[in-house]
Amino acid sequence: MNVAVRNTAAKPDVAALKAQAAKLRGKIIEMSHKAQAAHLASSLSCADAMTAAYWHVLNIDPKNPTDPLRDRFILSKGHAAAALFATLAMKGYFPIEELDTYCQDGGRLAEHPPANLLPGVEAATGSLGHGLPLGCGMALAGRIKGENYRVFALLSDGENNEGSVWEAAMFAAAQKLENVCVVVDYNKWQATARSNETLMLAPLRDKWAAFGWDAHEIDGHDVGALAEAMQNIPNGSGKPVALIAHTVKGKGVSFMEDDNNWHYRAPTAEEVVKSFKELGLS
Amino acid sequence: MRNAFADELTKLGNEDSRVVMLSGDIGNRLFDKFKDKHPSRFFNCGVAEANMMGVAAGMAMNGLRPVAYTITPFVTTRCLEQIRTDVCYHEAPVTIVAVGAGLAYSGLGPTHHACEDISFLRSIPNMVVICPGDAFEVRGALRAAMQQDRPVYIRMGKKGEPVVHKGPIVDFKIGKAITIEEGSDVCLLSTGNMLPEAIEAAHRLKEKGISAEVVSFHTVKPLDEDKLKQAFSRFKLVATIEEHSLIGGFGAAVSEWLVDSETQAKKFLRFGTPDAFFKKSGEQEYAREVLGLTGHQIADKIIHALS
Ligand SMILES: Cc1ncc(C[n+]2csc(CCOP(=O)(O)OP(=O)(O)O)c2C)c(N)n1
Repeated sequence: MNVAVRNTAAKPDVAALKAQAAKLRGKIIEMSHKAQAAHLASSLSCADAMTAAYWHVLNIDPKNPTDPLRDRFILSKGHAAAALFATLAMKGYFPIEELDTYCQDGGRLAEHPPANLLPGVEAATGSLGHGLPLGCGMALAGRIKGENYRVFALLSDGENNEGSVWEAAMFAAAQKLENVCVVVDYNKWQATARSNETLMLAPLRDKWAAFGWDAHEIDGHDVGALAEAMQNIPNGSGKPVALIAHTVKGKGVSFMEDDNNWHYRAPTAEEVVKSFKELGLS
Repeated sequence: MRNAFADELTKLGNEDSRVVMLSGDIGNRLFDKFKDKHPSRFFNCGVAEANMMGVAAGMAMNGLRPVAYTITPFVTTRCLEQIRTDVCYHEAPVTIVAVGAGLAYSGLGPTHHACEDISFLRSIPNMVVICPGDAFEVRGALRAAMQQDRPVYIRMGKKGEPVVHKGPIVDFKIGKAITIEEGSDVCLLSTGNMLPEAIEAAHRLKEKGISAEVVSFHTVKPLDEDKLKQAFSRFKLVATIEEHSLIGGFGAAVSEWLVDSETQAKKFLRFGTPDAFFKKSGEQEYAREVLGLTGHQIADKIIHALS
């Protein structure tokens, strides 16, 4: 078996992770402003999970993005692409300046993560409900090839509407894919309405548990708790793990928080300045 | 086009209590008026298109006239089995309305592009395929669809496209193409949101002394065979124009018709998207330019073909 080396002992440096999450939010806000692109609140909502994953949990090497033993991270809620692009650039997968080409003609950074184009992007997402089936396939490939990498999929709550998510959930449980971890960004909003008024997700943790997963509720903005829970995969339960992360859409900027207009809206220059102040950035 | 759709839908909802609106968690505020007037006939079906399409079919099989709406790939390919089996096999009068045809949402990347939907949907028995050329054609198509007793697919652009018609099209008929500009040398058969590019091409051709007829060929299935017969007999060049793959789309349908009807084409050109995903970032105008689908590029190719 090809065993990936993992630094499981290290405790997350919570202060450093918090500072990193603020920087990531700043980049996302800048990108959204410059491109006047949608899905800002969706990207801010998952910034802490992204930070925990990329700055503490994932066994990855940006200089070797196709290392067969790397952990896989799939941004299944592909409309939060700004968060992924900013993360990958900050990690050094491609030059940070390339973020200036976000949504620009001819570039590599369209509004959803592309297939076979950008280092670090494991799968093209943007059509919701695809990430987990892909992740299950990746995990099984690892099992068959004797590579014990882990697979993380970040899903939105609205994405839990899709039947394909639940097909994959039952499949993963039957296959005992204990190297698979789903994080659900449970911000209680979808594109046009409250999640639980659209389709009944609640009780969401119980649903994942009933589908055979080791399911836990977690504060989706507690970057330390996220880092520990994700780093703990596989956690000995023998089951795939679902972290139902309670979040606030637009988290980090008071006037965006839980205001779903920011699903589509992009900030003005003035709003960028205000946001940076709140995030403690200059 | 989408604002015209929402407005016309509200009117239809007022006139006909069988009209039900199903949306796949998109169109923020777009349907506020409809919801206001008919709260019990609006359903946000969430990000669950397969279920939405099955529900629409069940409603249609029981006397209602559901309209199922979301972004093109999600209301077509994402739930193709439900369209084929639940809607079309049962001949259930569901009107499927797609927003973001072709490369209208180019900037969102290939997950949101739709250059294969005409191909898939026109091959399903009982399905009607309409690609309106402007907002007035959207209104006409929706009204006509509601009078049908069968499945209809309406493939819209997005919002803010140029309006081509001067006003409401009183005699909009499914399967009857509309001549926009008359001409005598070449005939441009355009379907869907490419109509403004076709008109632009005709104007460029005119500058070069070539007289071009422009036809909004809004219905891809069933084809307006009379119009096709006329076009191929009267003009020295006929071109089909669409924002869709050359495989299986409008141009392909016309090619099939040519062979099957044993019609001789003098010169026949097809403009459409290639057999490749468009991966570059960029808006629709940029994508069209890269793919050679702008009015001036179409005109240049026609001039070249005639010389
Ligand atoms: C299959 C599919 N259907 C519809 C859409 C359009 N869409 C983009 S984001 C979204 C919902 C957003 O809400 P949620 O999934 O909860 O994510 P959030 O932005 O709240 O994190 C929808 C319907 C899509 N991307 N994919």
